[in-house]
Amino acid sequence: MDILSNLALGFSVALSPYTLMLAIIGCFLGTIIGALPGLGPSNGVAILIPITFTLGLDATAALVLMTSVYYGAMYGGRISSILLNIPGDEPALMTTLDGYPMAKAGRAGDALVLSGVASFVGAFLATIGLMLLAPVLARVAFLFGPAEYFALYLLAFCTLGGMASNNQAKSAIAACIGLGIAMIGVDSSSGLPRLTGGNLHLFDGIDFLVAIVGLFAIAEVFFFIESHGKGSAIGVVLDKVRIPWKDIVATRWTMLRASLVGFIAGVLPGAGASLGSFMAYMSEKSIAGEKGGFGTGVAKGVAAPEAGNNSAAGGALVPMLTLGVPGSGTTAVLLALLMTLNITPGPTLFRENPDVVWGLIASLLIANIVLLLMNVPMVKIFVKVLTVPAWVLLPGVTMISFVGIYSLSGSYFDLLLMIGFGVLGYFLRKLDVPTVPVILGILLGGNMEDALRRAMTLSDGDATYLFSSWIAIGLWVAAFAGFIAPMFLRNLLKKPQAVTD
Amino acid sequence: MNLKFMKTAAYGAVLSAAMLTTSIAAECIAPANPGGGWDFTCRQIGKIMYDIKAVDKPVQVTNMPGAGGGLAYNHVVGERGSDADLIVAASSATTTRLAQNAYAGMTADQVRFVGAIGADPGVIAVAADSKYQSLNDLVDAILADPGSVAFAGGSAVGGFDHLKPLMVLKEAGFTDITKVKYIGVDGGADAITQTVGGFTQAMTGDMSEIVSFLANGDIRVIAVLTEERVPGFEDIPTAKEQGYDVVAVNWRGLYVPKGISDDQFNDWAGKLQQVADSPEWAEAMAANGLAPFTKVGGDFQSYVDGLVADINAMSKELGVIQ
Repeated sequence: MDILSNLALGFSVALSPYTLMLAIIGCFLGTIIGALPGLGPSNGVAILIPITFTLGLDATAALVLMTSVYYGAMYGGRISSILLNIPGDEPALMTTLDGYPMAKAGRAGDALVLSGVASFVGAFLATIGLMLLAPVLARVAFLFGPAEYFALYLLAFCTLGGMASNNQAKSAIAACIGLGIAMIGVDSSSGLPRLTGGNLHLFDGIDFLVAIVGLFAIAEVFFFIESHGKGSAIGVVLDKVRIPWKDIVATRWTMLRASLVGFIAGVLPGAGASLGSFMAYMSEKSIAGEKGGFGTGVAKGVAAPEAGNNSAAGGALVPMLTLGVPGSGTTAVLLALLMTLNITPGPTLFRENPDVVWGLIASLLIANIVLLLMNVPMVKIFVKVLTVPAWVLLPGVTMISFVGIYSLSGSYFDLLLMIGFGVLGYFLRKLDVPTVPVILGILLGGNMEDALRRAMTLSDGDATYLFSSWIAIGLWVAAFAGFIAPMFLRNLLKKPQAVTD
Repeated sequence: MNLKFMKTAAYGAVLSAAMLTTSIAAECIAPANPGGGWDFTCRQIGKIMYDIKAVDKPVQVTNMPGAGGGLAYNHVVGERGSDADLIVAASSATTTRLAQNAYAGMTADQVRFVGAIGADPGVIAVAADSKYQSLNDLVDAILADPGSVAFAGGSAVGGFDHLKPLMVLKEAGFTDITKVKYIGVDGGADAITQTVGGFTQAMTGDMSEIVSFLANGDIRVIAVLTEERVPGFEDIPTAKEQGYDVVAVNWRGLYVPKGISDDQFNDWAGKLQQVADSPEWAEAMAANGLAPFTKVGGDFQSYVDGLVADINAMSKELGVIQ
């Protein structure tokens, strides 16, 4: 067996005490980075890159450390989603929808353990998938042209209505705000700046991390100030942490399905973990139907996005390693690390640097087990976060948000922008307009527009080009079904519960 | 263990990263996120300068992404105008954007271009199973029906990757430039993916972007845009030998603030020459698909001036700028 001998080679590289130690340190740092709002996997990895150079780590050791941080951050992102209703990083957005209601219902421990297990299942299956399917799946990218990508993003937007709100019109308005913000910057198809007011800082558009931290963390601080420190969002009670076997068993199929969906989303270049968790959540929600109670704090609603985003994180490594096309923001940073180490990812990487690739795969498997141990039995450590009073925690969150955002670009302009988003988030929440579609609009709007523009360039403006392949047609059908179905079903079924504080 | 501890740990990590940089002499600004060509330039040149003792302390690399390098340019011109310890990564993209007035009115004479020590040759590639066997086939197809060939490249419309096939077509006597289809995607690898997938017919980019795909047999390179065939890739014909006298390379180099003295300028030029002559740089170039291309000091400044004037004239002709 080729794979077994390759894996043996990988483990011989990854199981040295030194690399093992790096994996454990990476997992721990990663979990903390992921848990802290504002510090996501991409800036976390970026911040830690200088350390690998100082320590003089070789390629394998550096990769082991960085991917442990990456996987760790994906695990950690769920913690603040569940406990604070603030996603620790952008893929953990969907986990807030059921994780926080579950925590408010007194099941914070269950939610944390369950999401830890779901993260493990997703990441573990994705690593296996990466191992078995990387060379084959790399070819999937060749099937996706502009028309297919456009239909894929359309599907994401069409299924967005009704999510996180029981008023579809408000969701639509929020999505439009997000799409509008995504238009800011230099238009890649004509090179002309749009809505920048001549300001150089806006030429690259608005970084979605700035928007996320502003809309979630900073808006949270405004609410805290308004309430004079009383009745803050952090009102979660935790009694005892035990392993909720019943929930784990009940969600086993959810985890498997979500892992598959997430992995596919991760493999598609540019889609990334956010789309993975989103698709996983939405597909599980539709499978469960209204009686599934998604949005009210059900176990499946916690397991699906976590399995999905961790699986997508593994999937995103496939195009990065095999094509040199990063599947997400974080893999773009990892790509940078590889290039600095003089390893050029691409179709030949598996042939020319087997020790690096298989060492990486083996260390991902090890990191996963370390993370499961760290995130399930040690979950109490993270729950201790709650015992810190809000007047200490929120200023801390604010400070870390500022440091995190400043580390992204080194520009004070982004800090002002972040505060602006905080104000926007405050008013949107006052008006009961959900902020999640705003973020998704910013996140996907630019890519969606680019895909449409490219399709139109290639077809000389012929709109039928958008339906020119079976993949595209299938996605369009799914998008329309996703958009229309809720309108007919709404009268028949109970409206979903909104997530509000 | 509590939040305070974890925060301390997190800060410890951040601080230890920050501390490494406090005692550093020279700074290299990469005007982009980690991972691109500019980042590579800063990290490799900075590392080799330290390794060969051209500088006595490690060169600190700062990533300053924004406006396609415009933010860093603005920063250097406006705030660091006489900082002798500052170098900034530059490439053909820098001069292309300056020539097309894409840096909000700033011009190429507001900094000093100190040198280039390597170039990424421009290439035009097609999928392995493409019906186009040579650059002539491709050009003939466009002459017959401009809509039949779409190019994908890693730069935006009007960028250097877009200009490359247009320069070839202009040589071939094709004037209706706006009819040529071009889509700008996220980098060379993405452009190849689109081309291999059959969504576009040809890919325009840099040699470094295609090396691994070439080895894998996914694509065929039908022309390299250099004076002579590139060492290591002798079987790839130049555009010139196919009858189109076009040379377009993406050079990798540095600029420095305008306000430094001539001695300081020459000092950096000398250090850059040392890097160019080092075996470490030869190795780094080979690993990244770069061809030797060394121009430092005054030589390079006049090369850049010529380049900016040329691209500016051509862009006007092409209608990319007014």
